Amino acid sequence: MVEHRPLSDIIAYAILTLGIFIVAFPVYLALIASTHDAATVVGGNMPLTPGGHMLDNYYRAIIVGGSRAIREPVGQMLMNSFISAIGIAIGKIFISILSAYAVVYFRFPFRKTAFWIIFVTLMLPVEVRIYPTYKVIADLKMLDTYAGLILPLIASATGTLLFRQFFMTIPEELLEASRIDGAGPFRFFWDTLLPLSVTTIAALFVIQFIYGWNQYLWPLLITTQDSMQTIVTGIKKMLYTTDELAEWQLAMATAILAMLPPVAVVVFMQRLFVRGLVETEK
Amino acid sequence: MALRQFGTAAAVTLALALATPAHAVTEIQWWHAMTGGNNDIVNKLAEEFNASQSDYKVIPTFKGSYPDTMNAGIAAFRAGTAPHIIQVFEVGTATMMSATGAIKPVYQLMKDAGEPFDPKAYLPTITGYYSTSKGDMLSFPFNSSSMVMWINKDELKKAGVAEIPKTWPDVFAAAKKLKAAGHETCGFSNAWASWAHIEQFSAWHNAPIGTKANGLDGFDTVLTFNSPLHVKHLQNLIDLQKDKTYDYSGRENKSEARFGSGECAIFLTSSGYYATAKSTAKFDFTSAPMPYYPDVAGAPQNSIIGGASLWVMGGKKPDEYKGVAKFFTFLSDTNRQAKLHQESGYLPITKAAYEKTKADGFYEKNPVPQTPLMELTNKEPTENSRGLRFGNMVQMRDVWAEQIEAALAGQKTAQQALDDAVAKGNAMLRTFEKTAK
Amino acid sequence: MEKSVVFNNRLLPYLLLVPQLIITFVFFYWPASQAVWQSFLREDAFGLHSEFVGLENYQSLFADPAYYKSMMVTVIFSSLVAALSLSIALLFATQADKNLKAAGAYKTLMIWPYAVAPAVAGVLWIFMFHPTLGTLARPLRWMNFDWNPLLNGNHAMCLVVMAAVWKQISYNFLFFLAGLQSIPRSVLEAGAIDGAGPMRRFWTITFPLLSPTTFFLLVVNIVYVFFDTFGIIDAVTGGGPAGATTTMVYKVFADGRLGGDLGGSAAQSVVLMVIVIALTAVQFKYVERKVQY
Repeated sequence: MVEHRPLSDIIAYAILTLGIFIVAFPVYLALIASTHDAATVVGGNMPLTPGGHMLDNYYRAIIVGGSRAIREPVGQMLMNSFISAIGIAIGKIFISILSAYAVVYFRFPFRKTAFWIIFVTLMLPVEVRIYPTYKVIADLKMLDTYAGLILPLIASATGTLLFRQFFMTIPEELLEASRIDGAGPFRFFWDTLLPLSVTTIAALFVIQFIYGWNQYLWPLLITTQDSMQTIVTGIKKMLYTTDELAEWQLAMATAILAMLPPVAVVVFMQRLFVRGLVETEK
Repeated sequence: MALRQFGTAAAVTLALALATPAHAVTEIQWWHAMTGGNNDIVNKLAEEFNASQSDYKVIPTFKGSYPDTMNAGIAAFRAGTAPHIIQVFEVGTATMMSATGAIKPVYQLMKDAGEPFDPKAYLPTITGYYSTSKGDMLSFPFNSSSMVMWINKDELKKAGVAEIPKTWPDVFAAAKKLKAAGHETCGFSNAWASWAHIEQFSAWHNAPIGTKANGLDGFDTVLTFNSPLHVKHLQNLIDLQKDKTYDYSGRENKSEARFGSGECAIFLTSSGYYATAKSTAKFDFTSAPMPYYPDVAGAPQNSIIGGASLWVMGGKKPDEYKGVAKFFTFLSDTNRQAKLHQESGYLPITKAAYEKTKADGFYEKNPVPQTPLMELTNKEPTENSRGLRFGNMVQMRDVWAEQIEAALAGQKTAQQALDDAVAKGNAMLRTFEKTAK
Repeated sequence: MEKSVVFNNRLLPYLLLVPQLIITFVFFYWPASQAVWQSFLREDAFGLHSEFVGLENYQSLFADPAYYKSMMVTVIFSSLVAALSLSIALLFATQADKNLKAAGAYKTLMIWPYAVAPAVAGVLWIFMFHPTLGTLARPLRWMNFDWNPLLNGNHAMCLVVMAAVWKQISYNFLFFLAGLQSIPRSVLEAGAIDGAGPMRRFWTITFPLLSPTTFFLLVVNIVYVFFDTFGIIDAVTGGGPAGATTTMVYKVFADGRLGGDLGGSAAQSVVLMVIVIALTAVQFKYVERKVQY
């Protein structure tokens, strides 16, 4: 804020609160539902305040549900989810920042073509080409491996586009000054460009980590050994049934549990956001 | 120094050689879609089998929901990494058996392995769905259910409905009374739109869904369920939907909770709903056979099953097939089937298991699990009621449900909706026929 | 839209591109070409019998009225979701940018929906808006409004739009906020000194400086709404009732599920791919002109 206007502050608070309400209300409801017993939840008259069954439901979800349906310890599954999410996030950031750098700061034949080659990958989602992609992974002997979980998912055009946009906003003077100093492409990238990109990298990291964490279809398909299953699969194993619909209050409890790690990542990254801001020249 | 290293290496090698069993255990991969308590049962069965002998080891893996598991199986087969056994829901039957070489039929498996196998020992309505028209079993029924009518006894009493309805007119009358007694949003309803009002409805009334024994006899089947009987039934639903004496609850079973919450006192859905009903319903309830139109000759006939069966994938070694065969024999054991049925709610697949459960007095204490069995064994199955086999059934059900929805929403007449369902369905069947060789 | 100062290395740019290109080739183009090839075949689910049928799949596609219906549904759905999620997110981002107290908490709470997997989100929305069991359906019924997304196509569309927008707001919010916070304070201060009020400052300074981010989000949102909404539609309405929420991408997956009609589904995805590439090319050619770097 450049000047202090109390009215606009109040409006801002109001809008944001409304925003939080809209955005967080479903999650709040899920939390409430996870604290009531089954009959209240489906009765259509569930109150908006917590009920008394929280311990009971979460106990069943974590301890009982956990030991019943999941043979592999929860810790192993969390580790698998974590490794694959980190791998995907870092992998994507790494290859797309390099490609964006090449496309923006260099002149070479087929430059535009290269960009579009990368970009078209957004236009045919994984589920459409799932059988051939599975075959490729099987042929490369990557089933039941971290590589198989991570590699097919890091071909991200959104990352390349994002960094391209960001690099385009970097003033020309910075590069000129850098060249005058005798810096080549590596020095410029490492000393100048990268520090400026921290906020963008942080935002992309959060998004990609969550994306990687929430992957369900692909890990389910290529992992057969219990030791390679992710936590999302484990949760689904508890929840989804066709012959008997899971009890809603347990479904909500496990949904809440599934949301916690990505949210923890977001909270942690917030700190990085703020720190990145303070360091950048404003 | 070198000698000591050599000695250590030799010792280690010897130890490893001694530790390796004289013959390797043949592993049998089993992909399934069971969750929660059913997942426990799957694991327990595998453990018991593995403990009972030392040649084979069944390794079960959860691969997601039914569609996910089938998808995984298809992807794996195309890449050459298919499991030995895969659990596929009844809707995938036509797809599984249409491509020769993709699967190994169970009757063939048992014969090749020399395992004793008598098709007549199995309940005809349960295995019929998964067999050829001659009675040769293609896949092994695992968890089956049927559709029953769940009744909220407390609410019916409050509304002045004296008896549990037996016929559709009874149901309509009871629903109107329930509405008058305060159930404004639901007189009666059901889950699984097309399963209830086309598939089960036809079998229960001995009316064909399509030619060639509903597709069991050939892929050149033609749909025929736009008959006067079906039109009449759909028209009744359309009329009753107007004031919510009948209220549509969606294509699948996401709204099953309408029964457990007390909103719908009459609700048709799978017999497998029993476990959830027990834990959520705070009222006195029971299940009854599906209703029928009394003026239809031959009704009620018998119901058809839903659920899943175990398919054996093609391209495996004979030794592995032997293991699978032994596992199926293990599963068919009478005592095991009876115990499984009583504990899990899966229907028993052998006549002996059903008889044993009756003899044990189980149904006296627990009448609810017997309802689907009574429906399934009501009469000897006819051509119209052994089951159905239409290609691309997943998409087919969506097409049928779409037409039902259009009719109930007032966009089409009942006749038009069923005509369209039949026409679109036939187009899909013809395409499927071309790919099935 | 080009940098005027660049590096002159010949080999380096190719080397920088190699990692992404290899991954893209092995894990996208190779499988995708097989999927495209499949659009010219008719085969069973297991791939054991396939028959080359040329353009037949495409011909039956364009003769099917349901396909045109899905195009209409897609246009309505996409425009609503893109417009709503972008504008609402921008509104929230501008408010959150004002360095208010507890701004950090607001930011964290705003990002929550993105952390919710589509299948879980679907369950939440059904839970809230189920015609008779839903918590938020109660006030609607109390107002004597017959809310019924199971039979009423417009209600169903409303529901999936809400669910898709809800999820997408967080994503857009995150990037809008990052974009806003990288605008140098000095520029805004200069504007204030010149006597421009907050609204004028927004439209003449902030918004243009934000345009690279806005362009990125526009492109990404269009792609999202065309391709990534299958999960949420499947979880909430299953494409119903009577096809009212069956978008083109939904039809691709629904038709191809479990080897149902692999050829037809592949043909549909090729058509969809061509449409979105064209749309994106148009955006790059005409909209990017307005972007200020």
